[in-house]
Amino acid sequence: MPYPQELKELIKIVESTRAERVERKKKNEEVPFLSLDERKEMLNNHPDFKEEGRRPLKVGPSKNYRIAHEMCNLLEARSRVNPDDIDLSKIDYETDVLVIGGGGAGTAAALLAQEQGAKVIIATKLRHGDANTMMAEGGIQAATKGHKDSPYYHYLDVMGGGHFNNVPELVEKLVTEAPDVIKWLESLGCNFSKFPDGTLHTIHGGGTSRKRMHYAADITGAEMMRTIRDEARNRIADIKVIEFSPAVELLLNEKGHCAGAVLYNMETEEYFIIKAKSVVMATGGSGRLHIQGFMTTNHYGATADGIVMGYRAGVPVCFLHTVQYHPTGIVFPEQAEGILITEKFRGSGANLVNIDGQQFVNEREPRDVEAASIIKECIGRGKGIPTPTGKMGIWLDSPMIDMLSGEGTVEREFPGKFILYKRFGIDISKDPMLIYPTLHYQNGGLEFKNTGETKVPGLYVAGEVGGGIHGENRLMGNSLLDIMVFGRIAGKSATIYAREKANGSKLSLEHVVRYNKEVAEAGIEPEKVAPMLLPDYTSSSTKARQYTTRYLGTMRTFK
Amino acid sequence: MKEKVAAVEAKMIPIYIMGKKYDVPESLTIMKAMEYAGYKYIRGCGCRGGVCGACSTVYRRPNDYKIYTGLACQTVVEPEMYLTQLPFYPALRATYDFAELTGEPEQIFELYPELFRCVACNACTKVCPMDVEVMDYIAALKRGDIKAAAQISFDCIQCGLCASRCMGELPQYHIAQLARRLNGAYLTPRAEHLKTMVANIEAGRYTECLGKLKASDEENLKKLYTAREMEPASAGEDWTPKENTCL
Ligand SMILES: Cc1cc2nc3c(=O)[nH]c(=O)nc-3n(C[C@H](O)[C@H](O)[C@H](O)COP(=O)(O)OP(=O)(O)OC[C@H]3O[C@@H](n4cnc5c(N)ncnc54)[C@H](O)[C@@H]3O)c2cc1C
Ligand code: SF4
Ligand code: SF4
Ligand code: FES
Repeated sequence: MPYPQELKELIKIVESTRAERVERKKKNEEVPFLSLDERKEMLNNHPDFKEEGRRPLKVGPSKNYRIAHEMCNLLEARSRVNPDDIDLSKIDYETDVLVIGGGGAGTAAALLAQEQGAKVIIATKLRHGDANTMMAEGGIQAATKGHKDSPYYHYLDVMGGGHFNNVPELVEKLVTEAPDVIKWLESLGCNFSKFPDGTLHTIHGGGTSRKRMHYAADITGAEMMRTIRDEARNRIADIKVIEFSPAVELLLNEKGHCAGAVLYNMETEEYFIIKAKSVVMATGGSGRLHIQGFMTTNHYGATADGIVMGYRAGVPVCFLHTVQYHPTGIVFPEQAEGILITEKFRGSGANLVNIDGQQFVNEREPRDVEAASIIKECIGRGKGIPTPTGKMGIWLDSPMIDMLSGEGTVEREFPGKFILYKRFGIDISKDPMLIYPTLHYQNGGLEFKNTGETKVPGLYVAGEVGGGIHGENRLMGNSLLDIMVFGRIAGKSATIYAREKANGSKLSLEHVVRYNKEVAEAGIEPEKVAPMLLPDYTSSSTKARQYTTRYLGTMRTFK
Repeated sequence: MKEKVAAVEAKMIPIYIMGKKYDVPESLTIMKAMEYAGYKYIRGCGCRGGVCGACSTVYRRPNDYKIYTGLACQTVVEPEMYLTQLPFYPALRATYDFAELTGEPEQIFELYPELFRCVACNACTKVCPMDVEVMDYIAALKRGDIKAAAQISFDCIQCGLCASRCMGELPQYHIAQLARRLNGAYLTPRAEHLKTMVANIEAGRYTECLGKLKASDEENLKKLYTAREMEPASAGEDWTPKENTCL
């Protein structure tokens, strides 16, 4: 849907202040950054600080930890499978390393495990590569330019972004392994944007002190994902991929070590048993929980399944009290609602502008501060732009980029978004975009060490499902990095474990029996089941007509 | 306070999903319209944002013999459209040991001899939802120009629609993937600064600095953080900081 006349009128106000803002940008006159104290103050406008948005967990290893209701609902649910119905003596697949999740972290883990000599199975919910990794646009951080940058500055930036609460060992690994990860991807044929002599292009991201964001045009994640997926497909003799078959429960053995998983074929509704010597959990994030009713940038399968399974098996969760809202998600047109507008637009010079055409925040504040400023501008100060669908938004003034860097820059540098808006009749090199914060990233997750290992022997964690690297707030470009760094580490560690330490022979779902009992004893309604697997977008009027269908959480069942 | 923008009432329109009629709000994408109608996706849905290629869809308009194609998550419904979701289209993919390749055009010819079955009908280009000039990248490869093919095919989301319509039965997007990898690894100069940095890290150049940071208390970290020298947004490639601790 193109902009209606009312919005076109409001755009005129943006246009009236544009030339002057461009001039200031050219002279490097920016809205000053907030001090650490001012940032803290601003964060009171952030959804994380709404105490009514969360509650203490009633069960499990992190009992009493206050996190979002939507996450509690899943962690306080009983298993989808009835342990009594499952015959664990019938094993359908056996492998050295089982990787759960076929996104960036999972695929990197599989590649490294294979290189260490393991037979690998990747079990994934949708297609291999249908994952948040595929959607990442902006870039991947790494200190690769020694004349101005080093892991030292990267470390400081990561800690500052995370409010100095990050786990230091994890951050250290992240920043020191970063350049090697880029080198690895380059050798696999990933097309990063480069100068003719091979020097990598790098730009700033929110909260970076040096330009260290590497990118592949505006589809960095897709380029990385399709490269490593292609590589995994070449190793077909050792890496088997089972698609549309999410894991729904981990299997432990008689010693309490992780030893496989129960898979669910979503199409035939069969359950399968995989026995493995070690398991890498790489199921990604949870945007599709729509925490606090926010729209999301995440892919269809981002429903926190790995957290549910890992938590039941005994791994505590951490940093889940914070959630990352990306400052700039599309809020109009409605068809594209929630879709991410990369930070690179701001990095390239586009201002955030309110209804009066005024810039109200420096565009390179850390994400949570930036998001809080936008929410404050809309709700606190009433300076938002009302959209035809009854929401609020702020202008992201993309036409400035062409004025700063030459006509055609927007179309050339942001081809994906340019085409997307063009389909809706909007030319973003001429008109600004309407944005609002959108649920983007799960800052926290399962607790793990810098070797990828968790409290449960044999269970490794990599990627967005893990917590600690980014503290309470992740900076742009550090997630694509973390999934590669820790994906590779988890793959290696899991293989070594499989070879040297795995022992025990009997598969067991005892931990699920215990967990279900704990849930029942906490007096939680029996209706809730998890993992969720897919979000539920059936309209209430349709549901009302589905007489024979009963909903168990988001799962339709006939029982 | 500026006057409110008038709320837009959603008008309902009829669409045909695999032959069956449903009334849905006119502003929705095909994906959201099908969910509105009560369908739940298992296949055919991934990113919901036009980058994963899972949701290829084929449709006709009333009284129009032409077959139209698009991405269900990106295409807005039209009154009376007849639509079908395509499950993933099967196409042959060669396997290869990438580390053994060097980027000679002959390597692509050997792995994908069907390349030369292209009859230049251009059906692939017409069907591509990403406006990729598919025939052009195939033509570039026939000439042995891997670099051009890599550039032309860069926006390909591997939805498979081109393969579904190809007269020569080529798996265009798989061939393009190989071309891009060869380009990235063998036909583009590798980054020298990257090699240097990796070597420096391996030699332990930053170990001590990082050790100090790791041992720092929050107060000290905050001090160092606040005092960081920022690279100006408009700085050129050769910018160097005044302060050079731990470079
Ligand atoms: C729109 C968008 C833009 C982003 N941009 C950037 C950026 O520019 N830079 C950056 O650094 N980060 C970015 N991020 C964040 C980053 O992309 C993700 O955090 C990261 O890719 C997560 O990788 P992952 O491998 O952990 O998870 P994913 O890539 O999401 O993969 C998880 C996989 O697990 C599967 N899965 C889920 N549940 C199950 C189950 N029960 N059983 C089996 N499989 C399951 C999923 O289907 C999926 O394949 C962005 C994220 C989004 C959504
Ligand atoms: S080139 Fe083919 S596979 Fe790639 S986006 Fe276009 S139609 Fe889809
Ligand atoms: S559809 Fe097939 S035969 Fe026709 S131009 Fe494209 S690649 Fe060639
Ligand atoms: S769902 Fe990914 S392209 Fe449509």
